[in-house]
Amino acid sequence: MTDTAAQPTAVADAKAAPDTMAWDSGLRRLMMIYLPLGCFVLILLFPFYWMAITSFKPNAELMNYKEHNPFWITSPTLAHIKHLLFDTAYPRWLWTTMLVAIGATTLSLIASTLAAYAIERLRFRGSPYVGLGIYMAYLVPPSILFIPLATVVVQFGLFDSPLALILVYPTFLVPFCTWLLIGYFKSIPYELEECALVDGATRLQILRRITLPLAVPGLISAGIFSFTLSWNEFIYALAFIQSGANKTVPVAILTELVTGDVYQWGALMAGSLLGSLPVAIFYSLFVDYYVSSLTGAVKE
Amino acid sequence: MSVTTLSPTVLIQRQPNWLVRLFDYKPFLVVMCLAPAIGLLAVFLTYPLGLGIWLAFTDTTIGRKGEFIGLENFQYLLTDSLWWNAVFYSVVYTGIATFGKFALGFWLALLLNNHFPFKSLLRAIILLPWIVPTVLSALAFWWIYDPQFSIISYLLVDVLHWRTTNIDFLGSPWPARFSLIAANIWRGIPFVAISLLAGLQTISPSLYEAAMLDGASAWQRFRYITFPMMMPILAIVMTFSIIFTFTDFQLVYAITRGGPGNSTHLLATLAFQRGIAGGELGEGAAIAVSMIPFLVFATLFSYFGLARRKWQQGEAND
Repeated sequence: MTDTAAQPTAVADAKAAPDTMAWDSGLRRLMMIYLPLGCFVLILLFPFYWMAITSFKPNAELMNYKEHNPFWITSPTLAHIKHLLFDTAYPRWLWTTMLVAIGATTLSLIASTLAAYAIERLRFRGSPYVGLGIYMAYLVPPSILFIPLATVVVQFGLFDSPLALILVYPTFLVPFCTWLLIGYFKSIPYELEECALVDGATRLQILRRITLPLAVPGLISAGIFSFTLSWNEFIYALAFIQSGANKTVPVAILTELVTGDVYQWGALMAGSLLGSLPVAIFYSLFVDYYVSSLTGAVKE
Repeated sequence: MSVTTLSPTVLIQRQPNWLVRLFDYKPFLVVMCLAPAIGLLAVFLTYPLGLGIWLAFTDTTIGRKGEFIGLENFQYLLTDSLWWNAVFYSVVYTGIATFGKFALGFWLALLLNNHFPFKSLLRAIILLPWIVPTVLSALAFWWIYDPQFSIISYLLVDVLHWRTTNIDFLGSPWPARFSLIAANIWRGIPFVAISLLAGLQTISPSLYEAAMLDGASAWQRFRYITFPMMMPILAIVMTFSIIFTFTDFQLVYAITRGGPGNSTHLLATLAFQRGIAGGELGEGAAIAVSMIPFLVFATLFSYFGLARRKWQQGEAND
């Protein structure tokens, strides 16, 4: 849309002064770039602002827009967060989620590092097909799998146990991580490994002392991505966990905090805010890795 | 450097230890390296996928082993108006949400491709909706869509005076459907924008310079350079987006649970309701399996997108 609007003047300007680009004039830049960007940022961030401001509002302000401006808090309160931390099992849920996310991430990182190394560096016959097979696994969405997986989990006696989640999450983490790590391993010069081979190092020593240290950025990307994805996972956790104490944060907030007809919006939003914070903090620490792994995975 | 220091110890270790030699035997090593990944995927992905297809042909319920009943589940689904509703809404949801995500996401990517201060900070902020757990942002949307205290209604009624009554976002079928689609688009824009931005940055500026020398307008540059160059990445991102939008579960489950009056059920939420909540595992599996043809279609869509690009460039894939 922006481009069509810019067309006539752009052509005119280009004819008038061929060496100045039409886009650089200040006002148009404001209208065409900063204004839409501002709208995008406003809309993309508003739900978080709303979430945050609701968590600190007393109930009286929450339910009365006539006397209080809903966009601001006049008397902030920590009551909702206090309720969450001391009257519910929220700390327990956070702990379970953390445990599951770390467990699943570790497991998938080990499995996918080895797999990516075998596919990219050991180069056996048919290795491209194994790589393709693992990639295809990424295209199988959890919504198709959760019903049969529930029966599998019951068969293994893991129903209602966080261990089930640690074992199941790698099904979507391993394909992604393997794919990402194959890309990283590709970028490491093969000559380094050949040198080590000539010097008599074993393959495992090469992996441990040469390839892995050089692939650390890739491992970090894969790790934080896995952590985020496991933290955010919902459908498996909803289907496989029954008892309140073992639930993960996203499931617990939705099933344990939503009670009755009057929703405790303050507590719900406080729960959402606290549940989002760990990934948000994690994210802010590793932004560049996120962006590069996201874009790297797409480009591969 | 580490290589040179490590070699003497290697030689000493190497002679006696058969274990080290076994691990240096390539076929063995390949099997060992692939075993964890393939094992996990086989047990928790391939086997359940097969089991799911088998379950779809049985009348299994929770606690009772089912028997093979052929196509009965699917025959029932074809007469089930709720299933047809779910198919209809899944297609509408995917279609409109994908279009919205890509139109807005592409626009945002083009905006971000300009030079301005704090660009990387802005890029980081924009990804937030995608990073935060979907269910938790869905809860925020649920609160934004509240019938009584919706902030959007407040804006339209009390601030702008465009309406006299609050909007009933989730109380009736079509508004509820579009509210969910809007939430999905909101969540999808960052991923699309950042992926496409990566694609935009790979387009060589010399192409634009050449086109500008030839007098191409901004629209022509977009239509004949940006768009064709973006086709391959667009095809991949779109396949992923379509697959994961079509099988979406969290947003709908968190905000409406399929209501009002079952009007916002997607196939995934319907499968959950019948299969897990209702205990009819066989029927739930049949609903889940019925998603597969649509997904295959989406994947083929991307395949032909890529094939077209190869044909255009007239060279092998890199």
